[in-house]
Amino acid sequence: MDDLHTIIRRGQLWDRAFRWTGAGLTVLCLGVLALLLGDLVYEGARRLDWSFITNYPSYRPERAGILSPLVGSLLVMIVTGLTAVPLGIAAGVYLEEYARKNWFTTIIEINISNLAGVPSIIYGLMALGLLVYQFRLGTSILTGGLTLAMLILPIVIVATREALRAIPQYIREAAYALGATRWQVVSNHLLPYSMGGIATGVIIALSRAIGETAPLVTIGALTYIAFLPPAPFSVTREGASVGPTEWLMSPFTVLPIQMFNWVSRAGTDFAAHAAATGIVLMAITLTMNAVAIAVRYRVRRRIKW
Amino acid sequence: MSAAVARPVDPLPLPATVGARPVERLLEVGLLLAAVFSIFVTAGIVYVLVYDSILFFRQPQVTVREFLTGREWTPLFEPQQFGIMPLVSGTLVTTAVALVVAMPVGTIIAIWLSEFAPHRVRESVKPVLELLSAVPTVVYGYFAISFVGPGLQSIFPGLPAFNMLIAGLVMGVMIVPYVSSLSEDAMRAVPMILREGSYAMGANRLTTALRVVFPAAISGIAAAYTLAMSRAVGETMIVAIAAGGKPNLTIDPTEAAATITAYIVQVSQGDLPHRSVGYESIFAAGLTLFVMTLGFNLLGAFLRRRFRQVY
Repeated sequence: MDDLHTIIRRGQLWDRAFRWTGAGLTVLCLGVLALLLGDLVYEGARRLDWSFITNYPSYRPERAGILSPLVGSLLVMIVTGLTAVPLGIAAGVYLEEYARKNWFTTIIEINISNLAGVPSIIYGLMALGLLVYQFRLGTSILTGGLTLAMLILPIVIVATREALRAIPQYIREAAYALGATRWQVVSNHLLPYSMGGIATGVIIALSRAIGETAPLVTIGALTYIAFLPPAPFSVTREGASVGPTEWLMSPFTVLPIQMFNWVSRAGTDFAAHAAATGIVLMAITLTMNAVAIAVRYRVRRRIKW
Repeated sequence: MSAAVARPVDPLPLPATVGARPVERLLEVGLLLAAVFSIFVTAGIVYVLVYDSILFFRQPQVTVREFLTGREWTPLFEPQQFGIMPLVSGTLVTTAVALVVAMPVGTIIAIWLSEFAPHRVRESVKPVLELLSAVPTVVYGYFAISFVGPGLQSIFPGLPAFNMLIAGLVMGVMIVPYVSSLSEDAMRAVPMILREGSYAMGANRLTTALRVVFPAAISGIAAAYTLAMSRAVGETMIVAIAAGGKPNLTIDPTEAAATITAYIVQVSQGDLPHRSVGYESIFAAGLTLFVMTLGFNLLGAFLRRRFRQVY
């Protein structure tokens, strides 16, 4: 029989061992992240200059750049944001503030949590079969944006619901007591107070969308595009005037697809291009995540219910 | 005295906003439609996958039996073979490698964050750790073949340049935050009373964490595991870049192989004519993947409900 001191000491030893293991593994994971960034910078920094941003992709490595995928990513994100954000917030508000608990809303809720677990490439297949071929939208910026919008919709809905749930019930009760209608409660009180939480979710969702490759490869997004979509209200070289929405139907490519294309040519001069594109992608992703963290932090600081 | 009974005050005229204003009804219907849209998305997914899979199985050279039991998958070359098993094995092997990395590492980090790390450390480490799952997967793919692959090859010289081990390892790092963050949330939700009870009995931190907190949070942790699993099964770019891309029925992770997702990407990159066997085959593969992840998701939901502890 061990005496008490031995038992206590052994327990403390185990505690300390685990403390070090946990801290060590955490540092290890963060180290992998640092390695990944370091590898990108090491391989790609020499290629990353202004001409890389302003040149079109090219088969000649010394002239190749990322102008069209950069613009493509931006335009696709605009479509994604304009679709997913209002739809997601509306659905979140409905489920949290309006929906009565019945079989129908239960189905919607189970459905949304299942959608969140569907692999992104499945959304690509759905968009290929439905948007590209059934609705005949083609492989356009519109199709790409809608595909990513459906992909991130569950994230926006969940973020909206969580932000709304954090608002104490007495805020709603006070407003109703003064005779506000449900929509007045939502639009004058709940939405403004939950804006921070919703914004965090939206930024995270968009940063996820901007890095997505698979669903856009599946719908057949091109890899080499040496032109930009027609600017709204401009005039083409042939003299035709361009409407405000024609860019929606243009073919496109995005940064992750361009990077994938260059990665697939490993061992050639394009390896550095892949890394340089990766630096740009990581810069965008890290910036968006930093903004999201900052928003979350500020909101948590400011509000004391 | 006669006026003792107070006359009820006339209610104020209600403002026009109260009651069933048509605008209110309209708004509610609009919000409802947004919520219902998510059902259309699911219906669209199921419709496309099932419809095109039926077209695939209607092709004269394809049989359901061969699809489920065949050991070769070569829909794009002669002789065409349509056995999905090599793709499923590739998917399961890369998933297994990823989980062997992510589950222990993620769980230990979660226990450490929840039970051992000081508050400030936890608050700053967690979001940074979550960046691991925010990195675009194509960047991970690049990292796998430009850094991890050559690194492993210098340790094990016989290793092929593309194999499932490299893809699985990198994927494992990617899904660590899914395991650690969700498990940590679950363990933090365990009430303090349970820990205090354990300490009062003389248990140390680790014993409390493993014997009291971990079992109490097991439903959330199991849900985290199933989410990680379905992430790994559906992950595309890492395996498409690093696993080799050739369908190969094997359970040896050091070999090159293709996963379901990698096959879909590979086919989508080429120019396959609409309604050809190759085109339909990606939907049959997609349906298989969808069924697998749906299984994991439902298992996760079931576990969450089955083991939920009410405090």
